Amino acid sequence: MSEKEKFASSNPKDRNKPLEEIYKESMEEDQLQQERRVEIASKWMEGSGPDADIVISSRIRLARNVRKLPFPPLASDEQREKVFMLAEKVMENQGDANMRLQLLSISSLPQIFRQVLVEKHLISPLLAKESRFSALMLRDDEVISIMVNEEDHFRIQCLLPGLQLEKAWQEASRYDDFLESQVDYAFHEEKGYLTACPTNVGTGLRASVMLHLPALVITQQINRILAAVNQVGLAVRGLYGEGTEITGNLLQISNQITLGQSEEEIWHNLYSVTRQLINQEKNAREHLLNEGREKLADRAGRAFGLLKYSRLIDSNEAMQLISDVRLGVDLGLITNVPVKVLNELLVLTRPGCLQYLKGRTLTAYERDLERAVQIQKYLP
Amino acid sequence: MLCEKCGKKAASVHVTKIINGHKTELYLCDACAREKGGELSFEGKFPLHQFFSELMSFVPPGDSEAVAPTGYSGLQCTECGLTYTQFGQIGRFGCDQCYTVFDKNLAPLLRRLHGNQKHMGKIPARAGSFVRIKKEVERLREELQRKVAEEAFEEAAELRDKIRKLEGKLPFRGDNHE
Repeated sequence: MSEKEKFASSNPKDRNKPLEEIYKESMEEDQLQQERRVEIASKWMEGSGPDADIVISSRIRLARNVRKLPFPPLASDEQREKVFMLAEKVMENQGDANMRLQLLSISSLPQIFRQVLVEKHLISPLLAKESRFSALMLRDDEVISIMVNEEDHFRIQCLLPGLQLEKAWQEASRYDDFLESQVDYAFHEEKGYLTACPTNVGTGLRASVMLHLPALVITQQINRILAAVNQVGLAVRGLYGEGTEITGNLLQISNQITLGQSEEEIWHNLYSVTRQLINQEKNAREHLLNEGREKLADRAGRAFGLLKYSRLIDSNEAMQLISDVRLGVDLGLITNVPVKVLNELLVLTRPGCLQYLKGRTLTAYERDLERAVQIQKYLP
Repeated sequence: MLCEKCGKKAASVHVTKIINGHKTELYLCDACAREKGGELSFEGKFPLHQFFSELMSFVPPGDSEAVAPTGYSGLQCTECGLTYTQFGQIGRFGCDQCYTVFDKNLAPLLRRLHGNQKHMGKIPARAGSFVRIKKEVERLREELQRKVAEEAFEEAAELRDKIRKLEGKLPFRGDNHE
């Protein structure tokens, strides 16, 4: 069956259309999808950076507020607009070309695209919902993003691939300095940077890493280890933050304390715990390889087969299979799949991205179909 | 038991709805339950902020400055109008001034959340310029003490002049906030 016949037969209501037209439409759709796929890709998905085989990304977030203006949750529209205008003023005074940001007003973005930004970890679900004078200031490579009028007036984020907390802190701090040169911050000598929620006061800093720990899960050590992580004051969450479950052997670890420690202490504490987790995971991988290299290769190969040839796949299954393939890639058991593709698939297969690619809202069933289509297209 | 919606997976969530005395029961699997989530809201999010007000109304024995819980509920921020009761409901402060208004009872909350109540991190260049000077003065004073103890009077005098100069840059002594 040729490409065009295949397409025609899969769309029964299009049966009366001339084949040429249908073929043209499908080409256009393909091209649009390709463009959107490129749009969904982001610097942090590159699979580069130190320890990228275990640490997918590192993130630093700084919460900052404007002096003498109510925090966004309690601010009136007028007061929220003032903050928005401050952001516009900051945009005008950008000097350094390498630091350049662009301002996106949230209300101007379609709902589906907002969800794409959430799935790419560039904005929070709260910002996607709250469109009254809220905005995103975004650098071209998407490493730096600043949310305007989220829970705090400004939330500066630096998101990098691999384990790069120090660099992420330096970058975020540089943008913080730039912002402070234009905006009067709410700062208190004793309590530090003042934030809407008392859990962020002080440094306003949240440092987090996204880790892939399949071997610790397979060898059933993960719960013991996560309990220990909790005891040193770090929080463990799923891929999409608070309230999300851990799927695909991916988890996020972040600091909880923001007051009474310096920024360096906070990210360094997370860094050293991450280092230990990397070592534990590496030992567990070594152990699995010694115990049965073929068994692991079989697991990864089967996962690849399922991803490549299934026609209907839900999000959890996809995440688990991507994890199995990733472990195979990390251990050299699968050689034809770039890690970048796996990272992009993690995001690409989320509901918002699938609907964005397809250009319309999809039911859960349609999403499972579309997810399989996208994975098949994208896997080599 | 299989999920009553998709009929494929094992049911793990039991929903009972009673509307006008009419009771309906539903057994769902995780996935279908989550899908219905918007309607039923299963995500039992932990209401952390409800603890905030509890923690803030705790008055340590012998602390006469902290406002007793009974008198506290009426307290209101002069700047944004947030009341203590509202804070308990939303778990968020209304503005920077709230930190001053509710200050006396904030200490136990911050201690419980962070184990600390004093900022040790970055000081912003503009908003914190006085804080920087104060910290430098503190540091120089300590050095001055040491020099005096060492009987290095010449250096001590230099330090004293430096301190005076820096103090001259401060708008007033002591608290430098409005």
